[in-house]
Amino acid sequence: MNRTTLAVIAALALAACTGGEGGDRTVLVFAAASLSDAFGAIEVAYEEADPGVDVVVNVAGSSTLREQILEGAPADVFASASPAIMDELVAAGAVSGAPRVVATNRLQLAVPAGNPAAVRGLADLADDDLLVGICSAGVPCGGLAREAFALADIEPSIDTEEPDVRALLAKVAAGELDAGLVYETDVLAAGDTVEGVGSPDALGVSPGYPIAVLADASSTELAAQLGAFVRSDAGRSILAEAGFGPS
Amino acid sequence: MTERRGLRRRPPWLLVAPAAVGAAVFVVPFVALLFRAPWSDLRERISSDVVIDALRLSLLTSVLAAGLSVALGVPLAWLLARVDFPGRSLLRALVTLPMVLPPVVGGAALLFAFGRRGLVGGPVEEATGFLLPFSMWGVVAANTFVAMPFLVVTVEGALAGVDRRHEQAAATLGASPLTVLRRVTLPMIAPSLRAGAVLAWARALGEFGATITFAGNLQGRTQTLPLAVFVSLESDRDTAVAISLVLVSVSLVVLVALRDRWWTRP
Repeated sequence: MNRTTLAVIAALALAACTGGEGGDRTVLVFAAASLSDAFGAIEVAYEEADPGVDVVVNVAGSSTLREQILEGAPADVFASASPAIMDELVAAGAVSGAPRVVATNRLQLAVPAGNPAAVRGLADLADDDLLVGICSAGVPCGGLAREAFALADIEPSIDTEEPDVRALLAKVAAGELDAGLVYETDVLAAGDTVEGVGSPDALGVSPGYPIAVLADASSTELAAQLGAFVRSDAGRSILAEAGFGPS
Repeated sequence: MTERRGLRRRPPWLLVAPAAVGAAVFVVPFVALLFRAPWSDLRERISSDVVIDALRLSLLTSVLAAGLSVALGVPLAWLLARVDFPGRSLLRALVTLPMVLPPVVGGAALLFAFGRRGLVGGPVEEATGFLLPFSMWGVVAANTFVAMPFLVVTVEGALAGVDRRHEQAAATLGASPLTVLRRVTLPMIAPSLRAGAVLAWARALGEFGATITFAGNLQGRTQTLPLAVFVSLESDRDTAVAISLVLVSVSLVVLVALRDRWWTRP
């Protein structure tokens, strides 16, 4: 082994040992994909208020996060886009204390900027010529989309079932899909790349976003403080700004 | 002649210990999968519509991708190995890039190229109405993108190792370059060609990231076995494990069978 190789190995070993941020206390938050931007802002605001704490947010579909938590992921706080998924964690004994609903959201029909396929409403999604996406059945937005179609008695012509709402939003924003059923907050977060069609109220309301401290949290106290911050006026105004409804 | 006793000496621990750890890296996750498997109702779980559709699509698209990889990859490997042209090293690097690129990046790049608003996809859709994403051919395209490098690398390596004198002899006897390739070169590299095709097929069968990014996820059209595993991991873990077992079994059977027939031959 020559010197360069040894130096590289030593550097890698050093990097592996020093990963993380010194002696800072860390709170690991698992948040639903639709909360990406809101919890990004909450992370910044909380770290400003308490500089000794490092908030790390891991976003994915709520059902993916549930599986990760059940498999022992070292999460401290869970913010779910569905009470049903949170209830499963409560039933499994993975949650410490009672979950609190902190926000609500609404489903909305999203199209790429300029609405190239001239989609007017949910009924148009039955058109086989349009490229239409929804979330897969396991994630909350997928369940809500199916409910909305059932309520409106529409048989949609679906072209893809995306693993989380942000993956779906990205494909609508890129113009690869003509329409997708996402949340009102996602349409807002996408800025001018995406337009909302019709009123979200016509599609049905999401049951709400519960947040809870997890039983395996490395510091229950720290996790509870973050939960309290999300429920505080500061936290609520961040959520409201991102377009979430009050709980 | 009797075998020397020295040759039968025990393998040194310095090699056996890391080799055992290395083997454990592969064996432990596989055994864990077997432990998790829902053996009692495995049969019902793997005979559901979702699994049958995904299995059919996976076999079809991976074989098509392996076929495309051979049809396009052999000429490409030949070009890289036999023709000296400017930019050859760059092209060689680009061809092998998908082997190290995260597949999801590959999927995004495919969208930028062949998507509706892509460099090539846009004009093609306007002219013909044909669109790759969200179609079975989109899956084949994503599979080929990640699988063909394995074929090209294997075949190019074999071409570089071939004794050129046979080719030169054939050429001096009047054979055209195509005839030389078909009658002399390809037969000499046949084992590598088969190995490359099998590697490409195996890579295509397991492809996930580029597929879900480029082709989307719809049962019966673009939902291959790996996508079905991913989606059911969120809703029904037992089914996800059952589908994984199907995937592992198909791959193992093919890899073991082919390995015995082709790769261990002297």
